[in-house]
Amino acid sequence: MKVVVDMNKCQDHGQCVFAAPDVFSFDDAGHLAYVPDPDEALRDEVEEAADVCPLQAIRIED
Amino acid sequence: MSAPVVVAGASLGGLRAAEQLRAAGWDGPVTVIGEEPYMPYNRPPLSKEVLAGKASFDSLAFRPRAAVADVEWRLGTRVVRADLDRRTVGLADGTTLPYAGLVVATGMRPRRLPCPGPAAGRHTVRTLDDARALREALTGPGVRVVVVGAGFIGCEVAATAVTLGAAEVTVVDPLPLPMTGPLGDLLAQALRDRHEQRGVRFALGTGVTAFHGDDRVTGVELSDGTVLPADVVVESVGSVANTEWLDGNGLDLTDGVLTDEHLRVGGRPDVVAVGDIARFPNARYDGVPRRVEHWSIPTDTAKHAARVLAAHLNGTEPGLDPFAPLPTFWSDQHDFRLQSFGAPALGKDDVRVLEGDPDGDVLAGYHADGRLVGVVALGGAAAAAAAARHRAALLKQPALTA
Ligand code: SF4
Repeated sequence: MKVVVDMNKCQDHGQCVFAAPDVFSFDDAGHLAYVPDPDEALRDEVEEAADVCPLQAIRIED
Repeated sequence: MSAPVVVAGASLGGLRAAEQLRAAGWDGPVTVIGEEPYMPYNRPPLSKEVLAGKASFDSLAFRPRAAVADVEWRLGTRVVRADLDRRTVGLADGTTLPYAGLVVATGMRPRRLPCPGPAAGRHTVRTLDDARALREALTGPGVRVVVVGAGFIGCEVAATAVTLGAAEVTVVDPLPLPMTGPLGDLLAQALRDRHEQRGVRFALGTGVTAFHGDDRVTGVELSDGTVLPADVVVESVGSVANTEWLDGNGLDLTDGVLTDEHLRVGGRPDVVAVGDIARFPNARYDGVPRRVEHWSIPTDTAKHAARVLAAHLNGTEPGLDPFAPLPTFWSDQHDFRLQSFGAPALGKDDVRVLEGDPDGDVLAGYHADGRLVGVVALGGAAAAAAAARHRAALLKQPALTA
């Protein structure tokens, strides 16, 4: 699957990191980093992350 | 065709309920009924980015999942009555709809002050239309703003009004400090200081008795007789649950809709409640039913309630533990953020500074019976990150037996 985060929207809330720690994390500077092409097995987690993002910045493509 | 699941309310909770019903295996029809003419949209930016003009109204719409493409949306009408024994709901346009399952997601509306005086110039911030009207009012030259109610919305609106260049912004509240209900005094004091340093004034420990003006508000009269001149008044004095349509069904509607530990209503397996209208017992804490108005609640409740309802309708077992979400809230005000995990309100009598100090970035821990039940960070990104480090421990905790 393909994941895109709109970094203009993202305000580093970290809700996605709690929901899908295998896909989303914070780098040392406290900014969001993520795996753009996570394994299909992680779909539930990623959908949950997209749901809980307060800025609705996460898009799942395909 | 079989009767649909009717979702009463087309806000975030209604959307998530529809999506989660599909995810939980309900393949039958779903009808969502919403009073506003818009598809579900994100409300928190209404008091911040949208009000400040930094985000467009269009940017707020949620992108519904593909699985809900066949859901019927009836927008611009509302559910006005329900007969739970007959399994029907009646709409404002006179239609009666039978249902197989009912999701109560009609949410809240702003409480209004019952004081005498003109109505024009008084605003609330709940809907898109509210935010549009308030933005227009706030962007006039040299406006004087009085915000009644120093909770989340009131504090956020006050901060945004200052940013927009309002000439005067005063927040009025009968309590001695802003947001002291959710935060306790230590952080409420720190919050007040920050607001004052950034140009917000407070009139605390006093209520509003009247609005002055002929056809529109020109001033706000306080209990001590003072009159604050005002061009714009924002009322952020709490909310009222939209439960009137459920009257006459023998339900406990004293504050929202009482549910059991699986969000079922009135002991009925075919009726569930989601979002901030649901007064549910949280198995993580003392089991006392409470409504929760945090942003994460519609999504959390919808997931649990949809599984329970879909299992009932499909004749299977949901196999779920009682609903026990970890409360989470945040609030962006001026250049700082409040970030909370857990239930600080249950530990307000024993607040300790865990990191930093109240004048700068600070992390406060809230304890009940000596145990940490919630954390709140106030400050920049580092403080919020510090709060997040406690989240796992708060999540792991066994239930608090009061
Ligand atoms: S939850 Fe949304 S805003 Fe927060 S870090 Fe993730 S993508 Fe960014």
